[in-house]
Amino acid sequence: MMLARSLRLLGKQQKTWTILSKPAYSDDKSAYTDFGFQTVKKEEKAGKVNEVFSSVAPNYDLMNDLMSAGIHRLWKDKLLKTLNPNSRTVLLDSAGGTGDIATRFIQYVGEESSPQVTVCDLNPNMLAEGRKRAEKQNLNMNWELCSADDLPFEDESFNAYTISFGIRNCTDKDKVLKEAFRILQPGGRFLCLEFSHIKHPMLKSIYKQYNFNVLPVMGECVAQDWNSYQYLAESIEKFPTQEQFADMIREAGFSAVTYENLSFGVCAIHSGFKL
Amino acid sequence: MAAPQPIQYIKLNSFQRNLMAAVSSIIALKNPYRDDMVAVSGETTAGNSLKMMHGKMLKDETGRRILTDQPRITSEIINMDKLQQLPENTFGRKYADMMNKYKITPDSRKVVRFVENPEHAYVLQRYRETHDFCHLLLDQPTNLRGEVAVKYYEAIQTNLPMCWLAAIGGTIKLEQNRRVSLIRKDLGQIVRLANDSTFFLNIYFEERFEQDLDDLRREMKLL
Repeated sequence: MMLARSLRLLGKQQKTWTILSKPAYSDDKSAYTDFGFQTVKKEEKAGKVNEVFSSVAPNYDLMNDLMSAGIHRLWKDKLLKTLNPNSRTVLLDSAGGTGDIATRFIQYVGEESSPQVTVCDLNPNMLAEGRKRAEKQNLNMNWELCSADDLPFEDESFNAYTISFGIRNCTDKDKVLKEAFRILQPGGRFLCLEFSHIKHPMLKSIYKQYNFNVLPVMGECVAQDWNSYQYLAESIEKFPTQEQFADMIREAGFSAVTYENLSFGVCAIHSGFKL
Repeated sequence: MAAPQPIQYIKLNSFQRNLMAAVSSIIALKNPYRDDMVAVSGETTAGNSLKMMHGKMLKDETGRRILTDQPRITSEIINMDKLQQLPENTFGRKYADMMNKYKITPDSRKVVRFVENPEHAYVLQRYRETHDFCHLLLDQPTNLRGEVAVKYYEAIQTNLPMCWLAAIGGTIKLEQNRRVSLIRKDLGQIVRLANDSTFFLNIYFEERFEQDLDDLRREMKLL
């Protein structure tokens, strides 16, 4: 009986979530952006995201494994396969935090060819964690503490750009896309791996319940952090659809923009070229 | 010196509450040092017992005052140095001595986050923060045997599921001879005292620091 009641209440939960997304501001709307379901001033978002990742940093990979039952590894491998780099690829991995993608990149190309990769991230804790790991494995990467919407790199200084599970957290996605366009050489490729939307209504509903009901509980029990995983669920919910995001990428100047759904749309890899 | 952290009121739906209760209780039983899981377990399983505790406090004059004042206990509010200077037989001095002996401070208590009703949330927070006073009043050390003894007392007085879980779980975890010693020597008296003595949440402990400890025990019918 308890189970039936719980299941009914799960349905009711839909209403509360949309109530939470009503903004509470009255002045210039362009100065605000999303932080999960909250609407916050643009200047505040970076700080709030920083807090989330500072607290998540040490248990990050454990939580990723638990939440996706290890499937996040397959998603990231697929991203590399799509990129298909070689020894001439000069990669910028943006919001690269602990260096997941950069590590795979080096392993894919082969350490002997000294592949060039720079990892940049807004959060010093994540970068520190990444550096530690790279040293342990003796991998050579460049590390840069900066924001993805204001890169300290010259125009056209890379020929590949990846952002994996990062753009969702960025304050101004359009700015990030424009910066990516700027630092890429003509012929360069933009790739984004990010949580996206499931089309199938029943799967979509189960997935949403899982995100809102199970993730924060796991976050609290494993990482002692309810709030960060509540934020995760909300930020996934608020992210643009596959088509909307593809349009945003086109707006930034990229051509031949396509996307591929992974795991029924739980994530998607968006690809664009600078021509 | 730490200021009291504000109590939070995160809303949980049934599914989340049940899942959290199950997972946190299992982790807390397996590893009692995960005080965050002990705390969450207590909050998500509390339910009706908080209503009962709140009711007991409302019926008592001092209980009502505590509910109005909502005093918190942290090292910033309780001046441990001053307590250390009180005469030897006083409640306050004995408390300070005990805290020093076991090297604990009142700041290690987690703040309540998952109880929606603010009044009930305070009652649970007060229960958490007065736990050390119970150790002192019952003269039980902070080893596993002592903790289990105090948990039986609290379980009978508060009826919190988490207290029962901890008391019984702890009894099972104890070494054979300690378990036997607890049951034979202390348990009978603890149960009697818990049933007959004053509800410990109705004592305004902060006003009793200068009182003689045995006198306080007599007043509470613990002696």
